[in-house]
Amino acid sequence: MKNLLENVSRRKFLKGSGLAAGGLVLASTIPAWSPAWAGQSKQTHDLNLFVSVNTDNTVNIVCHRSEMGQGIRTSIPQIVADEMCANWESVIVLQGLANEEYGSQNTDGSRSIRRFYTTMRQMGATARTMLESAAATFWRVPLSSVYAEDSFVHHKDSGKKLSFGYLAANAAELELPAVESLSFKSPDKFKLIGKEISSVDMHKFVTGSTEFGQDVRLEGMLYASIERSPVVGAKVKSFDAEAASKISGVVSTWQMPDQPTPVVFHPLNGVAVLATNTWAALQGRKALNIDWELGANSSHNSSTYLEELKRNIVTKGKSIRNAGDAYTALENASRSLNATYTMPYLVHAPMEPPAATAVVKDGECEIWACTQTPQSTQNNVAQALGIDKSKVKVNVTLLGGGFGRKSKPDFSVEAALLARQTGKPVKVVWSREDDIRQGYYHAVSAQHFIASLDERNNVTGWIQRTAFPSISWTFSGVTDEPQVGELSLGFGDLPFELDNLACETHKATGHIRIGWVRSVSNIHHAFAAGSFVDELAVETNTSPIQMWNKLIGEDRHVDPKAEGFEYGNYGDPMEVFPIDTKRLKNVLNLVVEKSGANKTTNEGEGWGICVHRSFVSYVAVATKVKVADGKVTVLEMHSAIDAGTVVNPDRVKSQQEGSMIFGLSLALMGEISVKDGAVEQSNYHDYPVLRMHQCPKIETYIVSSTAPPGGVGEPGTPPVAASLCNAIYHASGQRIRELPVNKHLRV
Amino acid sequence: MISFMLNGKAVELDVDPSMPLMWVLRDELGMTGTKYGCGIAQCGACTVHMDGQPIRSCVMPISAVSGKKVKTIEGLSEDGSHPVQKAWHQHNVPQCGYCQSGQIMSATALLEQNSNPSDEDIDNFMQGNICRCGTYPRIKEAIKTAANLSLAKNVGGDA
Repeated sequence: MKNLLENVSRRKFLKGSGLAAGGLVLASTIPAWSPAWAGQSKQTHDLNLFVSVNTDNTVNIVCHRSEMGQGIRTSIPQIVADEMCANWESVIVLQGLANEEYGSQNTDGSRSIRRFYTTMRQMGATARTMLESAAATFWRVPLSSVYAEDSFVHHKDSGKKLSFGYLAANAAELELPAVESLSFKSPDKFKLIGKEISSVDMHKFVTGSTEFGQDVRLEGMLYASIERSPVVGAKVKSFDAEAASKISGVVSTWQMPDQPTPVVFHPLNGVAVLATNTWAALQGRKALNIDWELGANSSHNSSTYLEELKRNIVTKGKSIRNAGDAYTALENASRSLNATYTMPYLVHAPMEPPAATAVVKDGECEIWACTQTPQSTQNNVAQALGIDKSKVKVNVTLLGGGFGRKSKPDFSVEAALLARQTGKPVKVVWSREDDIRQGYYHAVSAQHFIASLDERNNVTGWIQRTAFPSISWTFSGVTDEPQVGELSLGFGDLPFELDNLACETHKATGHIRIGWVRSVSNIHHAFAAGSFVDELAVETNTSPIQMWNKLIGEDRHVDPKAEGFEYGNYGDPMEVFPIDTKRLKNVLNLVVEKSGANKTTNEGEGWGICVHRSFVSYVAVATKVKVADGKVTVLEMHSAIDAGTVVNPDRVKSQQEGSMIFGLSLALMGEISVKDGAVEQSNYHDYPVLRMHQCPKIETYIVSSTAPPGGVGEPGTPPVAASLCNAIYHASGQRIRELPVNKHLRV
Repeated sequence: MISFMLNGKAVELDVDPSMPLMWVLRDELGMTGTKYGCGIAQCGACTVHMDGQPIRSCVMPISAVSGKKVKTIEGLSEDGSHPVQKAWHQHNVPQCGYCQSGQIMSATALLEQNSNPSDEDIDNFMQGNICRCGTYPRIKEAIKTAANLSLAKNVGGDA
């Protein structure tokens, strides 16, 4: 049996941390499976929920968030170990099970560091204080005369030292110190925070010994592949169980239970084929010959749907934020500029399609899954099985990419239902085709902008409208317009200094599962706003950088609430994370200066810029392209990010690189189309993503800051599409308002 | 019964002859370093070497592997010390890591054919390997570093 990621065994509650107490540890229901740390002679002593020290002087630190490439299994332990004064080489990272005691484990919204930076420092400081206290007691010296460094506690006067491992047992017996009594390192004393430390999983990555959700193997396990409804709400009328069962290796077939509505995270209707290997299960599916009752959503066609959005978007909509009177400004304008922008549905397509393995035995369930959301997995599996969630143990594997897809626990529920049905361990393997056709999609959208101008080219009024099916439709089944949560992502929080502003929405209902994809509604909102700013620059014969700075205006904190919009600010307080126009302009001016985007280019080449605040971080992008013979080549991309305090600069840089490439993929080629309710694409040949030969040179600039940490995983993506399309315009004179680019130019 | 050499060891097994090598490795032999990404030779996550050539194991029926020599990521080195693996580490290439076995197997095949590839050579050879996280710039740099490491090694007469 392979050793999966090392998981947590025991845990303690840290007093005053604000986290809930309680919880229990289930024994593994798989007798043959035991975690890597079991059976070792070293003894482990818990100091708090996240930290334990072993008598061999190694330190266990829990990462309760999911690793999907952002480096969180390295950066969370970096924070804890630094504050604890632990030697980095002695740190062992344990992957947290689903456990509410940790607080939220939902690894999305670019918030692992943003929400847990302080908590992790508290965990490290608590552990250090307990070890120091144990040493002071041992030496019978005042606490103030000892200090921790490099996994030892030292006595200042005598020069004596004791190892963390030696002190562990005594330290674990101590009362947990109150949070308010803790002392913290000053940033100039940081040895790990702010340093470029390699991934703790690096050796596994380069030797192929990683354990992803797709890699889980249990004794006696069956492999399941599910033929799911092509249309949301479609039902199985009949299928050929006999034909499927004749395939060599197929063990059984099972019709998935009817999916309730709204769709939420319930598995789609369909038929599962269980086999002794994945290949047999996939072959069995081909023989099922399912007859479907397609239902109402089979009338959905994305092209006609988008045409309707475009027709409506040029008319007055429902106001969600207003300042002054943009319509009177328009009447009084010397001239006006308007434009409509559209984007199609998109899908995540992480390299690892979803996969989950489950065992159900004696009223308990154990899951191994590449999930971004272990607690939601626990809850949804418990609900589906009709058991208490305390009976569901969720192990988090490495994730082969997530981008929001693996925030949905549907695949784990499938595995649990099949494991109960068969009485055996079952791994549900999603194929690439399943991933593309049965995903949770980024919403198709239309947006319309109207700017009023006076004779001196001042923008006197701004009207912006957006329409797209809401993620809330997936959860309610009835929502028919964008919601505040989505409008808070780059629309209702427009940071421009405008006397007359109208922000409006139009109706749009859902027909396929709508979900969040890396940076969510910021993708289309930043594309449209960022393109329109550039169009205004062109219209007024102003440089783009000047137009951006003029629209953003004076240094100030923008308050959308003062103009009637209940802005969400990514769940964080405006006092701590304001919309700061100074920081916004700073990243823009920085990226222009560093890239040379304000300089002239060769014939057929052009620069495009865009800046956007999302997930309380600020990112500006400058893109240089060449357009020749109907083909666009992306030459260079430069990004500047101000994410406040940075824990691991190399991982911030790599996230920026990845965000540029993710953004290029969707802007150049990303399109999911729906015909008769079913997704038309199926794999990387018809849902292409960026390949190496299309990848430009990429430079990243990180603003040095002591502000509280902001998001990193997502904020890089939103400005990409507009910077690209602006560059295409400046290279060729061709303005692209309907994505993807490959509808207009070869890529 | 199908037999072939896998990472220097003889393997014999009785499976559906149409089963692709990738599923044989992953499900029948428990060697999960070779990844499933697309199943149609579009993404390269399943890249292994067969008789020294990089192939997409997801579309290679096991019957066609009979008598061949197969090398997977697990057979690249005992301890991650292959120049490509070292260069990957040096440049902190992986993000999620899922595609990296295939990237590394393609990169090693490239360097075996071309010990000092240009940017264009790298683009041409590596464009069959998708990385959704976007590690391409680092892969390119790491391949160049690995080329230098390999060259240095050859100069030392330790090839």
